[in-house]
Amino acid sequence: MIYQKITNNLKDLFDRSHDSHGMLVLELSPEKVLPLVTRLKEEFGFDLFLDVTAVDYPEREPRFDVVYHFYSSNQNKRIRLKVQVPETEPVVPTLTGLYGSARYLERETHEMYGIRFNGNDDLRPILLYEGFVGHPLRKDYPIDMEQPIVEYRKQVESGI
Amino acid sequence: MEYKSPVRSYLEETADPNNVLVNLGPSHPATHGTIQIIAELDGETVKKADIHCGYLHRGFEKEAEHHTYHKIIPYTDRLNYCSSLNNNFAYAEAVEKLLGIEITPRCKWLRTLLSEYNRVADHVTCIAATVMEMGAMTAFLYLMTIRDYIFEHLNHLTGARLTYSYVRIGGLSRDLPEGWLERLEEILQFHERYINRIHGLLDRNRIFIDRTRNVGVMTPEHALNWGYTGPILRSTGIPIDLRKDSPYLAYPELDFEVPVGIKGDNYDRYYVRMREMDESLSMIRQCVKNLPKGPVSVVDSRVVLPEKSRVYTQTEAVINHFKLIIDGIKVPAGEVYSAHEAPNGELGFYLVSDGSGHPYKMHVRSPSFAHMGGMHTLLEGYQVADIIATFGSMNMIGGECDR
Repeated sequence: MIYQKITNNLKDLFDRSHDSHGMLVLELSPEKVLPLVTRLKEEFGFDLFLDVTAVDYPEREPRFDVVYHFYSSNQNKRIRLKVQVPETEPVVPTLTGLYGSARYLERETHEMYGIRFNGNDDLRPILLYEGFVGHPLRKDYPIDMEQPIVEYRKQVESGI
Repeated sequence: MEYKSPVRSYLEETADPNNVLVNLGPSHPATHGTIQIIAELDGETVKKADIHCGYLHRGFEKEAEHHTYHKIIPYTDRLNYCSSLNNNFAYAEAVEKLLGIEITPRCKWLRTLLSEYNRVADHVTCIAATVMEMGAMTAFLYLMTIRDYIFEHLNHLTGARLTYSYVRIGGLSRDLPEGWLERLEEILQFHERYINRIHGLLDRNRIFIDRTRNVGVMTPEHALNWGYTGPILRSTGIPIDLRKDSPYLAYPELDFEVPVGIKGDNYDRYYVRMREMDESLSMIRQCVKNLPKGPVSVVDSRVVLPEKSRVYTQTEAVINHFKLIIDGIKVPAGEVYSAHEAPNGELGFYLVSDGSGHPYKMHVRSPSFAHMGGMHTLLEGYQVADIIATFGSMNMIGGECDR
């Protein structure tokens, strides 16, 4: 019901929609994120910002999918938004103006994938540390790469 | 050796020269969890707080991309290690949704029973740690006694006290051992007796109320805005519970209530957890009563390992076993988001498969991480000592928060 309404009322704000195991998925371009989310929040009660993450497709152009999940507390429904952004300019607008929880979650996506959230002025590392080079969840970051913040102790050659 | 700080606090200088900056953690005896809080204090009052997590980051999501679906199960144990079974089941359900597998009725009811049982253990741990940090040693020991009985009992079932790895895609690793349900009832009665003592010790305790009532207060709008879920959201009065709202497993067939708080302060969070345990106990008893007979795993050789007796005697079973271990389960391409009501809140698994034996992308929506994002709002304006009480009632679990 509510899904039908969303696809009808907001049809000029997204490009494609489909169903994923009972959840509505909307695909859209970065510049439409803010108007769409604002309307979802205000008209359809999607007041809980659950999650943001990204998926990396190195072979594809544009390379990244930024994936949002929202929850509507009065409809008990979830919705997923997918935004494609290119490697050269991985920028989406921030949602910190609409949801406080976006602050932390965007920081994580920023450090893990290098997605920039335009307007979020606090994109310090959160799970990683200051000075970490690269974005570990990108597919081209090797899983066994090490960059310790404190040098490993050298093997002592003589004595115990 | 040159020392480099792993964090850059936005509080480098105090706004007022009379204020001081205090660093709590990341390893602090009064916080249960490795987390760093940098606070600006005016006397005893917290003016600003900057919270840094990540000290327990293990790269779970990166590891998951390099493991087969079965080999991820032990990693999910280590998310919220106080209630590993809830993580196990949430993960398994996400994969099963992608595979399109319907689990057997017995498995469904057993998973429900064990989810609730582990929820009790988690809540008990949370309350125990919180009150211990506030100085209530007796309550701590009573609660830890219950927790240890539960852990020993789950050890009997799964072979481990904390990291159970009990789930399998499409079922469970084994059925209940003999006498397990009888012992379960004994422990539940023991739990009720001890929880009554906890009510007696804490509910109207002057010291406890002073430390918790009207401390760390939040409104429902505030909680939703900052992404709070689970008991913390319910303590503000919003009855959102995935077990009721988007039912999974056997929850639609169970009769239970969703306890909510009034004010959203520390005391409400304590009380909501206490009430939830009562509901969990009632649900466990309903599960025991309704537990159907039958197999615990589906019959599907694409997913479930063949029986050991067959592996040792039949060629096909050996090949089947080999393929499942080496190549892993072939999960059809697609994506799914599946969420369970974990003891801390909404635990979601976002899984993208490309049709191969390991996930293309795995993301965990962990409740603790979202909760930490809004923590500073609950600390600012209160006293330094309240940090400990408020932080305890959040039940931040490092493994789940930092992944």
